[in-house]
Amino acid sequence: MQISSVLEDDNYVIAIDGDVDASSSIMLDEAISKAIEKGQQQILIDCVDLNYISSAGLGVFMSYIEELKVRNTRMVLFGLSEKVENVFKVLGLDQLLSIEETKDQAKQQAHG
Amino acid sequence: MMPSTTAIIRLTTASGILCWLGLALVDLMIGFELRNANVKLGVPQFLSTLLLTGYILSLYFHYKQRLVSADNLNFIELLWRVFVTGLIATIVSVFIHFFLSFLVSGSKLAQDGLTLSLLYHVNIGLILAFVISTFLVWKKLVLYQKTKSLLRTWQVFEYAILISLLFHFVPHNRFDLPFSLIFAFILAMGLVITPNLKWVAFLNFKQKWKSILLILLILLYLTYFMVYLTGQQGNELLISDLTNHVSVIAIYAFIMLYAVASLLVTLFNLPTTSVFEQKLEEVVNFQRLSQSGQTGQNQEEIYDLLLESSMSATFASAAWFEVNHQNENQHLIVKNITPEKVQTVRPVITNSSEKKSRRQGISSSVNSRVDNIKHPNYKSVLVYPLEAQNEKIGTMVLLKEVSDGFNNDVVNIVDTFGNQAAVSIENHRLMQSAIENERYREELKIAKRVHESLLPSELESNQHFSITAFSKPADEVGGDYYDTHRISEDKFALIIGDVSGKGTSAAFNMSQMKGVFHSLAQIDLDPREFLVKANEALGRCLEKTSFITLSYYIIDTGKKTICFSRAGHCPSLYYDSSISKLDFLKSKGLGLGIIRNQEYCKYVELNQIKYQSGDILVMYTDGITEAMNPDGEEFGYDRLREVVVNQVNQSAVEIQRAIINGLLQFTEVDDIEDDFTTMILKFS
Repeated sequence: MQISSVLEDDNYVIAIDGDVDASSSIMLDEAISKAIEKGQQQILIDCVDLNYISSAGLGVFMSYIEELKVRNTRMVLFGLSEKVENVFKVLGLDQLLSIEETKDQAKQQAHG
Repeated sequence: MMPSTTAIIRLTTASGILCWLGLALVDLMIGFELRNANVKLGVPQFLSTLLLTGYILSLYFHYKQRLVSADNLNFIELLWRVFVTGLIATIVSVFIHFFLSFLVSGSKLAQDGLTLSLLYHVNIGLILAFVISTFLVWKKLVLYQKTKSLLRTWQVFEYAILISLLFHFVPHNRFDLPFSLIFAFILAMGLVITPNLKWVAFLNFKQKWKSILLILLILLYLTYFMVYLTGQQGNELLISDLTNHVSVIAIYAFIMLYAVASLLVTLFNLPTTSVFEQKLEEVVNFQRLSQSGQTGQNQEEIYDLLLESSMSATFASAAWFEVNHQNENQHLIVKNITPEKVQTVRPVITNSSEKKSRRQGISSSVNSRVDNIKHPNYKSVLVYPLEAQNEKIGTMVLLKEVSDGFNNDVVNIVDTFGNQAAVSIENHRLMQSAIENERYREELKIAKRVHESLLPSELESNQHFSITAFSKPADEVGGDYYDTHRISEDKFALIIGDVSGKGTSAAFNMSQMKGVFHSLAQIDLDPREFLVKANEALGRCLEKTSFITLSYYIIDTGKKTICFSRAGHCPSLYYDSSISKLDFLKSKGLGLGIIRNQEYCKYVELNQIKYQSGDILVMYTDGITEAMNPDGEEFGYDRLREVVVNQVNQSAVEIQRAIINGLLQFTEVDDIEDDFTTMILKFS
């Protein structure tokens, strides 16, 4: 799995490429925690190339829900495949995380 | 069987004493005969020679055996033995001398042939004992680190001496031709043997001084005895004249020769001793370094050993070792220098290294860099980067107060030490990882056993439904959990869940889940309340990134209802026989532990359906829907539904079998790596 973080205007975009399993979830965790540390207010997670996410990966997203709320930071996921989105939905994370189809929608959501 | 050492020592002691007593008696008698022409005792001269030979041989075997039993003595202890034997012999001899010359001088006793002869025999008995014992100790020294040819030469030497003993039975004069020839031959062999002085090299400085002193004293005794024996030479009445005994003279000459040679060699070796000791220490240090990886020493101790060894090899006055840590903070090990001072030296070294990266004259195979530096305390420096498995572990810096302090030889030695330390560190790491692996596997084994013991062996049911469950454990420990609880006659609680994570933590969380289930199910909560309470309980003990998904059902066979709530778990399949429809039970839900406060209740809902005979409830874990085929395709919800659709008229067990078979066919493997679980209920 590969992770790249880019700042686009005031949107901090973390792009995930590949599978997020138990070992690669650590990288994802680091990337998100770095973004939060930097004080980014809008964090976009690019899931276009996210193929599979394990419960460890879901655990990473879940563990930041509380912190994001406290810091008033918006995190929006976008470009999820149907399969991956279903994983989020089954677990109920779609109720807590913003999930959008496209990047533009995500940006809007992040600033809305 | 060989007689034991002590037996031989006793035997030779006895034979020695007997021979000596016999010799003294026979010589007295012969002397008496000589002095008194009218007396004829008829004691043959031959008997005296025989007893003397017997005495010499007894001494030889006696001391040989005693040295065998003292095999582990070092050189100094051996010399000490010779010295003590000589000391006793000399003291007794000197005492006899004074006794004769002062105490009883002029008296009749001093003139008495009998007394003189007896005292003379005491003297030669002691001298022979000293000479023979010294000879045998010298043998041990000569044969130290022996070669085959040396051993053969020595054997010839000993046999020559043995044969020369026979010569004494033939009438002869001192230094007549045959006597001289035999003496010359044995002495020549002795000369050949004498240069074998390897033992001297193995003495340290202090031991060399000791041995010089001991050998000097031994030589003193030997000279004293020589003077004594030549003084007695003219006295025909004493019969057994040792100076007329070619073997004794030859041995005497040899031990003196070897003593003088040892003395000189030891003396000349004194100045180079420190070099030899240094080399020896290097070898020992090298060995310690190479063993340090295995003996469970930690890396710190290896660095310490490397520092110490390198310092003693190079005579460096100060040194330090910087450990490169992945997590920025550097760790320092210092010797003869304070960490503060290290800070003052470090920039000086970096400066000089920028000017010239590598000095001439150091071979390129060597990692070390040597340089002169400008520092108030230190003038030259040796920098050695320690690497293991292509990873830079740290840097060793050795400092000297003089410029050009590190020559090529010491640089090579430091390199050797460094390489060995690297090997030791590698060994150490391999060992650590092996231990950790083993520990992890042990943990997994335990976790697996815990996991298996947490699953129920029997499921609760009554005549209104049949229930079956199957759970395939993962190679690693997974977190699938299912269970049932009979709340009352008609009321049953069913649970299926999945704890996130694997291994011991999953098994641990699962056991908490089981505890929560069995305590809350008793209180007869509705499924939504159950989830809210379970979330509250588990939220306190789950790790930050862990969560649990589950579905909770209450079957009431009295009211024919199913109540359920879903906490993020994959939705169950339900077959409604009245409309012949198989579908997933839709319900809002959220995994346990995702929100750990009162808000959780907002995200779960309570559902209730009425069932009738023939209805089927298929519960499962995501191990089934996420199982992949070789193309990376997941089994998915649709395929699962497909399999069950064709089995709605079958029993719960049949449906279960169909699901497992379908799954195995799809994944095309004999054994699915992940864990998966099904629990199927069919109403009758």
